[in-house]
Amino acid sequence: MIARILTRGSLYVLMSLVAFVSVFPFYWMIVGATNTSSDVIRGKPTFGTALFDNIAHFFNLFDVPRVLLNTTIIAVVGTVLTLALSSLAGYGFEMFRSKFRDKLFGLMLTMLSIPFSALMIPLFIMMSQAGLMNTFVGIILPGIASIYIIFYFRQATKAFPSELRDAARIDGLKEWQIFLYVYLPVMRSTYAAATIIVFMANWNNYLWPLIILQSNENKVITLIISSMRSGYNPQFGAVMVAVVLATLPTLFIFFALQRRFVEGLLGSVK
Amino acid sequence: MSGTRLARNEQINGWLFIAPSVLLIGIFLVYPILWSLWMSFQVGKGMNFSFGGFTNIIRLTKDPIFQIALTNTLIFLVFQVPIMLTLALLLASALNDPKLKFRGFFRTAIFLPCVTSLVAYSALFRSMFSNEGVVNKTLMAMHIIDQPILWTSDPFWAKVLVISAITWRWTGYNMIFYLAALQNIDRSIYEAAKIDGVPAWARFTQITVPMLKPVILFTSVTSTIGTLQLFDEVFNITEGGPANATMTLSLYIYNLTFRFMPSFGYASTVSYVIVVGVAILSFVQFYLARERSRA
Repeated sequence: MIARILTRGSLYVLMSLVAFVSVFPFYWMIVGATNTSSDVIRGKPTFGTALFDNIAHFFNLFDVPRVLLNTTIIAVVGTVLTLALSSLAGYGFEMFRSKFRDKLFGLMLTMLSIPFSALMIPLFIMMSQAGLMNTFVGIILPGIASIYIIFYFRQATKAFPSELRDAARIDGLKEWQIFLYVYLPVMRSTYAAATIIVFMANWNNYLWPLIILQSNENKVITLIISSMRSGYNPQFGAVMVAVVLATLPTLFIFFALQRRFVEGLLGSVK
Repeated sequence: MSGTRLARNEQINGWLFIAPSVLLIGIFLVYPILWSLWMSFQVGKGMNFSFGGFTNIIRLTKDPIFQIALTNTLIFLVFQVPIMLTLALLLASALNDPKLKFRGFFRTAIFLPCVTSLVAYSALFRSMFSNEGVVNKTLMAMHIIDQPILWTSDPFWAKVLVISAITWRWTGYNMIFYLAALQNIDRSIYEAAKIDGVPAWARFTQITVPMLKPVILFTSVTSTIGTLQLFDEVFNITEGGPANATMTLSLYIYNLTFRFMPSFGYASTVSYVIVVGVAILSFVQFYLARERSRA
């Protein structure tokens, strides 16, 4: 009995330790935003008074509203286009089956494991030849067609009741109307879950913007966080302010839509 | 008559729905991957390509930085992926126990790192693991170490730092997949095993692990692909240093393309090492999973 209580107790201690390690960096980022750069580096774990200095410093270094606007535009437009095209394709692959298209889909699934590292050189050359360097189009375009999200929508479409589609056909709706007026509203929770995943990926994207966006006025939040570390005298307090700003939107989405968030992650393996 | 017209309409509609995505995948995935295969056999600087045959592949065998990058990437793979997946599996089975209190709190806390961007958490880790930083201070206060660990300037500890950082970011992510799969296992199997006197550890290895095999396969394939492409963290925490101790293949490709005089051909050859690596390792993992499920 005592042994069982002990193992039970140590389980709670262990789980609390893991939870603490998981959450501590979030605490650290908020505390860090209020401390001077040297206090951050010296590991001062308590709140300081430098918050407004750090914010002022950060806003002096960069055109912060512009950066946030850039990041938002890229993330929102990229997400809307990805969802539109991928849901069309997922619906198409599932609803209009043919041997050839099934084979094509199978081929696309094998392409899921193509590493981005092997694409970035040709994509970079393509974008510079097309004159799309330093443009939002250049950032957004290659990411719109996502095999993963097409797969996700195809899996979800399997649960779409075919009676609805038959009824709409009898009512004389065209195929695109069925998609727009029947499928889309019925599948809104699938769209919500996919939105979260795609938005997060776009908001947090780093390597592709690093390659494409080389002028200052088009930078996104991940790029400026990264550029702040490499300065002659990195201001870690200001870095923490930037990290908080970059993390708040995704943190907010997570807490507001926790269940959908997890659904979106799990979607394609169910 | 109308039957064939209906069938033809089905065909046309089927293609119309998938056409935009298929077209973009052709332009931005199929075409580039074939182009980089072609480039990997070309030599020359910038856009001046000339056919080099196996020149680039021979250069790989003589390039010390490539070999360091390959070794480091494999070290990260061999240590980080098993550590993370084991941890995720153990945490998931602990959280699946309905008698555990505060399950929701623990689950949310452990999952929370997934919302951070790779660059943002890299910046956090860089400041936490500085020489006089909060991690060294804590470890010294607990008398685990006497001297501060030089996390970013010691080749061994820099690797440990990168592995710890990735594990922090992705353990909760993988745990969620295991947790979802565990919830589909009928609890009565565990109850029956318990009544038969099967100890907890054996229940884990004999019931949980075999039942979760498809998910374990999925997570190990995705983690392998992710680790082989490791870039954001090493670029932002250690910059590949000290002295290339955390240089990875992706970082080396980036340097070859954008830092030095661009050598697209050779950089493409290095990138195909990742392509081949992903293909071989995915195949091995599928093969192992199939073998064991037959046994």
